[in-house]
Amino acid sequence: MREILVLGGGVGGTLVANLVGRKLKAEIAAGRARVRVVDETGDHVYQPGFMYIAMGGEPASSLVRPERSLLDARIELVVGRIERIDPAAKVVRLADGQELAWDELVVATGARILPEAIPHFATEAHHFYSAEGAARLRQALDAFTGGRIVVGIAGMPYKCPPAPLEVTFLIEAELRERGLRDGTEIHYCSPIGRAFTIESVSEMATPILAEKGVELHTFFNVEAIDPERKVVQSLEGEELPYDLLILVPPHKGARVVIESGLAPAAGWLPTDPQTLNVRGRDDIWAIGDATDLPLSKAGSTAHFEAPVVAERIAARVLGREPAAKEGVYTGKVMCFFEIGDGKGTLLRFDYDHPPQPPKPNRVWHLGKIVFNKTYWHTVPRGRI
Amino acid sequence: MTTTTITRVVDARGSYCPGPLMELIRAIREGAVGDVISVYSTDKGSKVDIPKWIEKAGHRLVALEDRDGYDEIVVEKLR
Ligand SMILES: Cc1cc2nc3c(=O)[nH]c(=O)nc-3n(C[C@H](O)[C@H](O)[C@H](O)COP(=O)(O)OP(=O)(O)OC[C@H]3O[C@@H](n4cnc5c(N)ncnc54)[C@H](O)[C@@H]3O)c2cc1C
Repeated sequence: MREILVLGGGVGGTLVANLVGRKLKAEIAAGRARVRVVDETGDHVYQPGFMYIAMGGEPASSLVRPERSLLDARIELVVGRIERIDPAAKVVRLADGQELAWDELVVATGARILPEAIPHFATEAHHFYSAEGAARLRQALDAFTGGRIVVGIAGMPYKCPPAPLEVTFLIEAELRERGLRDGTEIHYCSPIGRAFTIESVSEMATPILAEKGVELHTFFNVEAIDPERKVVQSLEGEELPYDLLILVPPHKGARVVIESGLAPAAGWLPTDPQTLNVRGRDDIWAIGDATDLPLSKAGSTAHFEAPVVAERIAARVLGREPAAKEGVYTGKVMCFFEIGDGKGTLLRFDYDHPPQPPKPNRVWHLGKIVFNKTYWHTVPRGRI
Repeated sequence: MTTTTITRVVDARGSYCPGPLMELIRAIREGAVGDVISVYSTDKGSKVDIPKWIEKAGHRLVALEDRDGYDEIVVEKLR
C-alpha cells in the first residue's frame, strides 16, 4: 500500500489531499493507496478573515470549520501535533506517540507568528495576524479618540504582503466616518523605497495615501520598540512616535521542520520552484507558507501549487511521468487588494509575468467579499 | 579590488511580490555581520532600489552586474 501523508490541514494541505484523493480514487478504493492528513487542531481556519475581525465586525467563529467537513470521504484525518519528521526512516512522530510512515510526504505546516521576538510587542503593539490579536486591535480602535497611528512591518517574510496597506486604508476610512480623522495622524512605514513592492501597485497606492493624508515613510523596517518614549525604531536607524502602534509580527516556519533538520533556523523549507520538491528529496514536497520560494505567502499561492504536487504524487504512485503542464509550477499567484471606500484591485502574476493591476474599482472589492464568503465551498475542495 | 567570497545567494528571479529587496532584507536580518549576499533579480527596479536601501541601512554595495536576463547585486552586511 502506498502511504501519502500530508502534514497540515490548512489551505494547501486540505486541497492537495482532496486532489490526490481524486486522482488516486481507484487505487484508494482497491486498498493500494491511502491519503492521510495530520493536523494539530482538526480545525481549518480562514486566516484572511482576521483582517475583517479587526475591520469589519466579522465574528471569529465564522472563520473556523472542522477540517473533516472539508476533506473528501476517502481522505483520512489524524488529529495530533507532529513532533518529528524523520526523513531517513520516512516516519512522522506525533506528540501522542503515534508513528505514521510515508512513501510520499507533503509538508504544508504553514507559518507561525512571533510577536514575542520584538521586546514589548505584547504590551505596546497590536496586530491582526490571529483572531485574538485582531479582536484586541478592534478594542483598541473602539477606544481610540485621536492621536498618532503608526502601521509598520516587523519582519520578513510575512503573510499576505498587501495586508498592512489594506488595513491602513480601512482604518483611515473608518476614522473619517467616526469623525476622528481630523484629530489623527496616520503613518505608514514601508520596508522598501516606495509604498508597495510592485511598482505599478505602488504608483496606484501612493497618490491614494497622499489623498487620504497618510504619511508614507520609506525604507523603514521595524526593529524595536521603546515603551518609555513610545517610539518605534527601524533597522535603518530612524524612529517614530506612536499612540497606537500596529505591526505585522515577525514570522517563521513551523518549529517541527526546523527541529527535524529539514529547514534552517528561519524555518522555510528549501523548495524547488518548479517541482515543489524539498531540495534533494523526490518523495517530499513543500507547499504554501512553508516554502522558501520568493513569492507572496498567500493562500492563493498554496491554491495554485497544490495541483502541481497532486499531479506529481499521482504520477509516482501510478508509475507514469507527470503531465508536462500540470506537473510544473509557474509561480502563479492571484490576490485581491482592498483600497478602502468600497474599492479594490487584483494582483495576478507568475515567475515570468509581473502583475498589471487594473484601476481600483468596486468589482474587485466585491470579488474579495464574495471570495471570502464562498471560500469553504470552493478552494479547499478544489472547485475553483 | 580584493576578492570577496559570497556567503549566500538570494535567487529572487521571478519575485514581484514580495520582491527582491524584501528578500534581501530578510537575508540581511537572518545573516551575520561580514556576510556577503548576492541577489539575483529580474525586477527592473532592483538595480536602483537595492543600492538606495543599502546606503540608507548602512551596508556596502560590493558589485552590480548585468547577467544574462537578470541583474546580480552583491552586498556586504556591515552592521
Ligand atoms: C490577516 C491575514 C490576511 C490574509 N489575507 C490573504 C488574502 O487576502 N489572500 C490570500 O491568498 N492569503 C491571505 N492570507 C494568507 C493565507 O491565510 C495563508 O497564506 C495560507 O493560510 C497558507 O496556507 P498553508 O496551507 O500554507 O498554511 P496554513 O493555512 O496556515 O495551515 C497550516 C496548518 O498546519 C498545521 N500545523 C502546523 N504545525 C503543525 C504541527 N506541528 N502539527 C500538526 N499540525 C501543524 C496548523 O494547525 C494549520 O492547520 C492572509 C493571512 C492573514 C494572517
